[in-house]
Amino acid sequence: MKKLESTWYNMALVLTLIAVVAGAALGYVNELTKGPIEQIKAQQLADGIKKVLNAQELKVEEPQTMEDGTVLYQTDKGTAIKASDPNAFGGTLTVLVGFDVKGVIQGYQVLETSETPGLGAKADTWFQTGGKGCIVGVNPAEKNLTVKKDGGEVDAITASTITSRAFLRCVNKAYAALAGKYTDADSGATKQNDNK
Amino acid sequence: MNNIKVLLNGIIKENPTFVLLLGMCPTLGTTSSALNGMSMGLATMAVLIFSNLIISLIKNLIPDMVRIPSFIVVIASLVTILQMVMQAYLPDLYATLGLFIPLIVVNCIILGRAEAFAAKNGPIASIFDGIGMGLGFTLGLTLLGATRELLGTGCIFSFTVFPEEYGALVFVLAPGAFIALGYLIAIINKLRKA
Amino acid sequence: MKPIISLSPHVHGGDSVQRNMYGVCMALLPALAASLWFFGLGAAIVMATSVASCVCFEWAISKFILKRERLTITDGSAVLTGLLLGFNLPSNLPLWIIIIGALVAIGIGKMTFGGLGCNPFNPALVGRIFLLISFPVQMTSWPEIKQYTAYTDATTAATPLSLMQTAIATGDASVLEQLPSLEEMLLGAMGGSLGEVSALMLLLGTVFMLWKKIITWHIPVSILGTVAVFSTALHLWNPVYAHPLAVLMSGGLILGACFMATDYVTSPMSHKGQLIYGVCIGLLTVVIRNWGAYPEGMSFAIFTMNAFTPLINTYCKPKRFGEVKK
Repeated sequence: MKKLESTWYNMALVLTLIAVVAGAALGYVNELTKGPIEQIKAQQLADGIKKVLNAQELKVEEPQTMEDGTVLYQTDKGTAIKASDPNAFGGTLTVLVGFDVKGVIQGYQVLETSETPGLGAKADTWFQTGGKGCIVGVNPAEKNLTVKKDGGEVDAITASTITSRAFLRCVNKAYAALAGKYTDADSGATKQNDNK
Repeated sequence: MNNIKVLLNGIIKENPTFVLLLGMCPTLGTTSSALNGMSMGLATMAVLIFSNLIISLIKNLIPDMVRIPSFIVVIASLVTILQMVMQAYLPDLYATLGLFIPLIVVNCIILGRAEAFAAKNGPIASIFDGIGMGLGFTLGLTLLGATRELLGTGCIFSFTVFPEEYGALVFVLAPGAFIALGYLIAIINKLRKA
Repeated sequence: MKPIISLSPHVHGGDSVQRNMYGVCMALLPALAASLWFFGLGAAIVMATSVASCVCFEWAISKFILKRERLTITDGSAVLTGLLLGFNLPSNLPLWIIIIGALVAIGIGKMTFGGLGCNPFNPALVGRIFLLISFPVQMTSWPEIKQYTAYTDATTAATPLSLMQTAIATGDASVLEQLPSLEEMLLGAMGGSLGEVSALMLLLGTVFMLWKKIITWHIPVSILGTVAVFSTALHLWNPVYAHPLAVLMSGGLILGACFMATDYVTSPMSHKGQLIYGVCIGLLTVVIRNWGAYPEGMSFAIFTMNAFTPLINTYCKPKRFGEVKK
């Protein structure tokens, strides 16, 4: 077969044809993979919520998104809250924090991070149980969750104060969302917080 | 055999990473560990083989003046398909490489091979060229990834060689990629000449 | 004796690489004495390791890898790199990190580009920045002064620079009250790397270099002047930014301005170029110190401007004798 000439008619025809075929192929694969992709995303989120709330089985209600982008996942075992801070060392840091009914931190998971490996990236273990800056088991209403440099009570990650600050801002934002939720929906829980 | 020669050409004589210096963006960006480098190489190889095959099949249909846009549409569609398939069936790999997958579209090797090889040769030879170039790219990225992982964290493929606190962090970061790539190219050029 | 036949001029000024390199080394001696006084044993170990390993790597690389006939270890440049690298390190740094730093400074910073005269960046700075990025934990924990027998076990404390950055980050000027007094900073009684301590001793060395005509005043004065003006303006605008005299005497500013930025190979040749280079270093230093991720911006500022040196040289050629302005 001879190569097509570069006439206007040929060029328009060939480009349209290629675009249509490519579009059809993309649409087909998109249909095919849409289900599995959503399933995996939901699965990952469910696993995360289970992990931060320290529970094997739980029931998650419809997520609630706050004005600043913080997302609340109310469950029967407590609340998991996704909060993020744009001013971490390498950009945005997103953390999922689990609180029990009283507001005590049950666990956390770093969902999105571009922190420096070996420094800021240590945030995924540093604040866990057994880590130097452990925040698990703490109620933010009782303890000042900022780094010691800023007058708080948490040990910052060695040589990564900026990441630590951003991380704790996320946690405090999540707690603020939790407290705000109880003020709105359930005044009994607010009283509980005041009593402490 | 001729096809074997085409295959070896991509791995040794015209290795995309160390000789042609094509596709430097994924080379420097994704090679923070050996595994990441290898996965990126293999993903690129998959796209390269299919794009070479498709382009060599439709090369006579494409008028010369619109060949670049046509190639780009084909490559971009392939990459998007790869991204969706990976996201659906290999979520862990997607989590590490997700950011870099769309970059395969603008990887010079793919457009370069489409232009330099697939547009002039038959489908079988083009597939071999895709495999050869892809393997060469994978090898280059794996080697660079392994070097950076070893010097930066003391591991190769997460297998510990020496304790992590002796690793020089700079190699995991972007400046280390440039330093490591420079020295690898120097060593390989020295070996090729010897 | 065979007569030397060459073009004029025939009188040699006696200037040589050796003379200048050892001159700078001599000028660093008062500061070395000050750091030994304040950091004791740790300083001696760090300095000796740094100088010895720089000289060893220079020798080994030129003999075994480059296979050069004429070895360059006696020209004093490796000794100077070792001294400057040592001055940029904390006194509690483990031996193996110092040796890696020396390998990077000499190997990557200098010999890769072809040795003395061909390196685009100051080798000691290459070593320091490599270590700072690679081992941030060890490179940013500075020992307190006057622990004469301590080495890696020395207790550490915040340096004036990190206090200044904390004040800016929190917006709380009272943090600055923890800074050492100006007299202490002038003499060097504060935490920091070996060469960051005594402003007085470093200035003494600078005066010696100016007297011996090893350097000209352009680079140090333009750097220090820019930093002084910029930080005075900031201090007047908002007292969270530290007093300009404290800024001038803390950290590696004087060491960098007088000894690192003035490196012949990596700084511009004409006086006009040197002034541009110095002003840019001063601006960058203040910007990085106040708003950057690291408390010390001097090394990054010099490093950045080293990269611009060829460009500055291109645009600041001295006018040829008799050349008519177009």
